[in-house]
Amino acid sequence: MLRRFTLKALVAAAVVALAAPIATAASAETVAIVNARILTAGSAGEIANGTIVIRDGTIAAVGANVPTPAGARVIDARGGVVTPGFFATGSQLGAVEVGALGNDLGVRNPDVSAAFDVQYGLNPLSPLIPVARWGGITRAIVMPEAQGGGDGHKDDAGTTADFAGSGPDSITHALFAGQAAVIHLGAGVDILVRPKVGMVVPFGRAGARIAGGARGAEIVALKALLQDVRDYARNRDAVRRGGYREMSLSIADLEALVPVVEGRMPIIAEVSRAADILALLKLAREENLKVIIRGGEEAWMVADQIAAARVPVLLYPLSNLPSSFERINATMENAARLERAGVLVAFETAEGGAHRARETRYDAGNAVAHGMSYEGALKAITINPARIFGVGDRVGSLEVGKEADVVLWSGDPFEPLSQPLAVFIQGRQQPMEARNLELRDRYRDLNGAYPLGYK
Amino acid sequence: MAALLAGCATDGVGSPSGGSASGASTPPKPLPLGLAQDIKADPFPSTYRPLPQRPTAIVGATVLTATGAQIENGTVLVRDGKIERVEAGLAAPAGYDVVDGRGKWVTPGVIDAHSHLGVYPSPSVPATSDGNEATRPNTSDVWSEHSIWPHDPGFDTARAGGVTTLQILPGSANLFGGRSVTVRNVPSRTMQGMKMPGAPYGLKMACGENPARVYGGRNQSPATGMGNVAGYRNAWINAAAYQKRWDDYRAKVEKGEKADPPARDLQMDTLAGVLRGDILVQNHCYRADEMAVMIDIAKEFGYRITAFHHASEAYKLADVLAKEDICVATWAGWWGFKMEALDGIEENAGLVHAAGGCAVIHSDDDTLTQRLNQEAAVALSAARRAGLNISEADAIKWITANPAKAMGILDQTGTLEAGKRADVVLWSANPFSVYAKAERVYIDGALTYDRKDPRFQSRSDFLLGMGGR
Repeated sequence: MLRRFTLKALVAAAVVALAAPIATAASAETVAIVNARILTAGSAGEIANGTIVIRDGTIAAVGANVPTPAGARVIDARGGVVTPGFFATGSQLGAVEVGALGNDLGVRNPDVSAAFDVQYGLNPLSPLIPVARWGGITRAIVMPEAQGGGDGHKDDAGTTADFAGSGPDSITHALFAGQAAVIHLGAGVDILVRPKVGMVVPFGRAGARIAGGARGAEIVALKALLQDVRDYARNRDAVRRGGYREMSLSIADLEALVPVVEGRMPIIAEVSRAADILALLKLAREENLKVIIRGGEEAWMVADQIAAARVPVLLYPLSNLPSSFERINATMENAARLERAGVLVAFETAEGGAHRARETRYDAGNAVAHGMSYEGALKAITINPARIFGVGDRVGSLEVGKEADVVLWSGDPFEPLSQPLAVFIQGRQQPMEARNLELRDRYRDLNGAYPLGYK
Repeated sequence: MAALLAGCATDGVGSPSGGSASGASTPPKPLPLGLAQDIKADPFPSTYRPLPQRPTAIVGATVLTATGAQIENGTVLVRDGKIERVEAGLAAPAGYDVVDGRGKWVTPGVIDAHSHLGVYPSPSVPATSDGNEATRPNTSDVWSEHSIWPHDPGFDTARAGGVTTLQILPGSANLFGGRSVTVRNVPSRTMQGMKMPGAPYGLKMACGENPARVYGGRNQSPATGMGNVAGYRNAWINAAAYQKRWDDYRAKVEKGEKADPPARDLQMDTLAGVLRGDILVQNHCYRADEMAVMIDIAKEFGYRITAFHHASEAYKLADVLAKEDICVATWAGWWGFKMEALDGIEENAGLVHAAGGCAVIHSDDDTLTQRLNQEAAVALSAARRAGLNISEADAIKWITANPAKAMGILDQTGTLEAGKRADVVLWSANPFSVYAKAERVYIDGALTYDRKDPRFQSRSDFLLGMGGR
């Protein structure tokens, strides 16, 4: 078992972190974290007591018998846990500040739907990013927000951030919500890792609303749109000259969908109900689409079919209520059952994984408490999302040659009572500072002579 | 004695013969129940009965009593619905069902001071999304209990998370949202079957963005923070005048003078109940500066604020809130979803606690209510990160004793003390661990949930025959 870090050790580690140079210089630094329990999320599995060496932004060595390189800065983990940085999958990070004030993820423009690309609207200086880092989050999959659904914060004024409803007139172009991107959460002004990693498409009730009111209409509409894309791909010049039949999407949208019909870009299908998942899998077979299931509350009921189709599932492990008629069979054991069926699973976080992205590690713990393997839950927030979104060769596990997204924890990272002691992103140690901590420190002592703003 | 009886009679709702005891020669006829202003009268009385039970001894567990103690190898004896004894190393007496608590933890039943279960149930559909009477800024005449759908499956999942008692509140669209009600988390055909006997009512009030947005959006008042405050103050002025009309009437009746009873007003009944101290103010308020204004309004009109809810910025006013003895019901992890929640920090509860205040971790959410122990752990961890030395024995109060205090039921439940209602959770591990699960939940000494025995896992009517199960 792990020795729990004393407060003294924790403070000492924080001081080390604060004293460390960051950004530019730090990437050249060589760091060795020693005496750590290392959860690699890779083929080496768990290393009970090992060393990890970070050099030139990548992992230079990891293992039980790794020598500490000469000149390396040594961090003694004293039995703490080292993990890969975690992913916030299905996140709004970098594209939202205050939830109620909107975000840069929802588009209502008949000429920009599939073509919408979140990469151009990201704010690397968002104060949410350092807050998320304190949850061990080092990467995020930022996703467009589909119309017809919505996953905003429901407050007790009874209002939900509602992106629902295109009204009585259907606007089927909105079946494509746009393209997701992978970002890293390192301090600096460039956080984009990989754009165009998936095309968000709502299914079930939300998709039906957009398509005019019924589920059956959506599948038909999608097939017609995809046919337009194929026609466009074969007749680009004619379409652009206007010498071809009228298309149902703008040229920009058609162009954005070419990788989808060619099976190079997955669709991120927002779908909950078991029957809708089967309809989705059938559509994917017929149209040769690469598919990622998002939501998937009833995925466990059709786990074998999902596994056979080799379709990954992004799910929120705490979604266990029959909050709609599409989620009647939602259960805390969804992740465990999918794991047993051999489905590749990644976890999403509450409310779009922005302000609450730091809760991802507890969500993983809850999945373990409800039957998932520890290793499976760890992978669901590290290597699995990395693989699903095409960056698994670069990040997501602690293996030699990979970018060094590394977090040192005081104990089991799934436990709320554990805290991160050091966070490295692409080999750079991150400042352990954030707006919430500045507020905390400002208001620690309420009785000074001067107003607190002078602190 | 006569005066006491007379006092009772003037309430007009005593026993039918009660009125004659006043000694007046021609005693006025008592008013019918519905026409007399009497806050203690309950036209929708509780029909709650505990489930069948047997004397039970949980033996060998680590016990957090929520009085500040952590007892190793503790025994908790439960009999006749009450906590009988809590002690280390006590053997189970003969005739008790023995529950092996070794390696496990015991706490009081979890109490959620801010729930909308039943009034915003699952599934979320317009037919039953009944938590906000968002038609007027002052709806202190509505009672949340009249919107509760007892078959909300969320009650069952909350029970599996150890929740034994909840305060069901109206929403925060209005300045005065209406009365809250406290319920026992037992399966029931009716709201009355859940209603906690003897628990005071609450009045939901709301500061800030919500009322101003809802009514300002309709070009009505309130549209601003200052409009909010005018709305509260005007209502209290009217409530005080209403109370005086009834007091004058009663004084005349008591003297045997002829008097016409004032017209009863449901809205004013609730507000007057607050002024008399019978109804507890449960005030949704995120910002510290707005809390300070609400405290001044309470002083202006002579009532108490029992708890601020959500209270993201309570840590900015922790000293004042402790001095005023106002509880703070908050989250650990929620922040930034709107402007007034922007400064919410995980350390909020810890800083309130450290200032000597009453910190409560609440849910406001059908998912979070299933894991209030974990949310308390997040708050505790952040507090320790900040160097605050808070024990688990103290932090458990945030989801047990302190919400009981905020709901006015601490004399009945919220701690493991002899004589209190036996609301008890047996956890598989330390409840501040993410892996801990409520294994057994006792409400008034009755086994109401057992994770290992499907016979003690109630399922809502709604889920029967649904979805191929």
